[in-house]
Amino acid sequence: MSDASARLTVVTGAVSPTRKRITTILVHVALLAASICMLYPLLWLLAASFRPENEIFTSASIIPSSWSLDSYIRGWNGLRTGFGTFYLNSFIISGLSVIGNVMACSMAAYAFARLEFRGKNFWFAMMLMTLMLPYQVTLIPQYVLFRQLGWVNTFLPLVVPKFLAADGFFIFLMVQFFRGLPKELDEAAQMDGCSPWRIYWKIILPLSTPVLATAAIFTFIWTWDDFFGPLIYLSEMKSYTVMLGLRTFTDSTGESDFGGLFAMSVLSLVPIFLFFLFFQRMLIEGIATTGMKR
Amino acid sequence: MTARSLQSGAPAGERAATTPSLWARIWHNDAPGYLFLLPWLIGFLGLTIGPMITSFYLSFTDFDLLTSPDWVGANNYIRMFSNDPKFWASMRVTMFFVVFSVPLKLAFALAVAMLLNRGIRGLPLYRALFYLPSLLGASVAIAILWRQIFASDGLINKLLAMVGIMGPSWISNPKTSLWTLIILSIWQFGSPMIIFLAGLRQIPQDMYEAASLDGASKWRQFVKITLPLLTPVVFFNAIIQTIEAFKSFTPAFIISGGTGNPINSTLFYTLYLYQEAFGFFRMGYASALAWVLLALVSVFTAFSFLTSKYWVHYDE
Repeated sequence: MSDASARLTVVTGAVSPTRKRITTILVHVALLAASICMLYPLLWLLAASFRPENEIFTSASIIPSSWSLDSYIRGWNGLRTGFGTFYLNSFIISGLSVIGNVMACSMAAYAFARLEFRGKNFWFAMMLMTLMLPYQVTLIPQYVLFRQLGWVNTFLPLVVPKFLAADGFFIFLMVQFFRGLPKELDEAAQMDGCSPWRIYWKIILPLSTPVLATAAIFTFIWTWDDFFGPLIYLSEMKSYTVMLGLRTFTDSTGESDFGGLFAMSVLSLVPIFLFFLFFQRMLIEGIATTGMKR
Repeated sequence: MTARSLQSGAPAGERAATTPSLWARIWHNDAPGYLFLLPWLIGFLGLTIGPMITSFYLSFTDFDLLTSPDWVGANNYIRMFSNDPKFWASMRVTMFFVVFSVPLKLAFALAVAMLLNRGIRGLPLYRALFYLPSLLGASVAIAILWRQIFASDGLINKLLAMVGIMGPSWISNPKTSLWTLIILSIWQFGSPMIIFLAGLRQIPQDMYEAASLDGASKWRQFVKITLPLLTPVVFFNAIIQTIEAFKSFTPAFIISGGTGNPINSTLFYTLYLYQEAFGFFRMGYASALAWVLLALVSVFTAFSFLTSKYWVHYDE
């Protein structure tokens, strides 16, 4: 007995308050150092975009010696078509994608989570399979199909698949959420004679704003960032997205005008950063919950 | 059923429901589900299954998009494996990338998640800061930034020059170019970190208390408690990140200007496929490449799932 209690004091004594405090400080130092390393490239990019052209490559500091908006003005009009057009295009494509994805994916998720119908498990398994499918396998026939429909050089190949719930990840995300809603709500509504459509529209969707918002934000960011789709489907500069515009910038004037390139790079990240700033909690929770298989 | 008949108080309706025609029954039972599923179903059949079948057929043809496909049997596959050094180069690059970027990224993610899980103050802030690169990293802008950081007169070499080291040109040296992409991938460890963090929180704290009472060292606690209980999350992260790594395209495209150079050292498999399809319009050959990629990803996934019962710990 005394032996056990002696061991107990030894063990607890090993973690004295001062030692614990030192450990905590060390952890903070390590985390701060890591944060600085992680963020340094981004801050440098931000600083470089405000530097006078001749200073961009001479300084590794993240504070410009003098501030100038020249790079932004030069970059904005650096291509035949201005970045204003690219922004408008990107916003149209991303906006429509958000609408399509949230509608189509929530409908499919409602069917999978709440309705009973023959073949449900089969289709659900198929949906899970598409999550793992590399897009290259469907890429070429899809291209041929969209070309035959005359959709190349329009936004349709980038937007229509979203209205057909082509990204199974969001269905999965919503199914997880819908399953967590109390089933009694549907059953009560059903007894009152509500149709499945009304239950979906009046009960499930209003209760699911967190997951719908998460899906909307991720759809926006991923569509905004998408490079491959626009690269193969958009060939005229007036229909370019911001990402394509940036890439063209690196090809044509980029080698001489780094300031303009950096300024436009920073601008292209602004919408994503704003989402991060205002909704990071939602984004982080979205990732954490899909990561947990429940 | 009984609740409903009590509620409506209409046994006649119940009786009618037991003897309706087949069509009425299908309409009543299955139609709502299928109506809600309709957009997805159209997409699945028209944009996934249909194209998959077509793509499989095209992989046995020569097809340049302008004239109709010519059946060539297994020639595309034979050429790929026996007579295409670029195919093997791209395979090597992709494998190298997957084998180094995924474990390093996950190790980083787990290490930082464990530091964050010590109940420290400022957790939300740290978590957000570490997550930011993950969110921005897929962008063309970040690939452009990376190209400048690792250029011969770039940021890294400027920092090295301060301590008197003449750095090489990381991007144009075939020995280091792929590593710049691996570092870019590791830099984005934020989202697996968040998933690890959520997993770590599920581990009951009293297990550690019991273990430390028994005198188990921190390392032993990590090996005997944390790691086994975390294996489902490790498994999930490893699969997701590996598939992502196989599909990675934009950074290699931007950093190499679409070429995969120097000496094919950044010729990702997806980049080679893109070149074949949309540079040379060899759609048949590109389809064959896509099916080999699918086979590769499938073999990897199947292997992971089959071996998972030996190393993934599922709590009942």
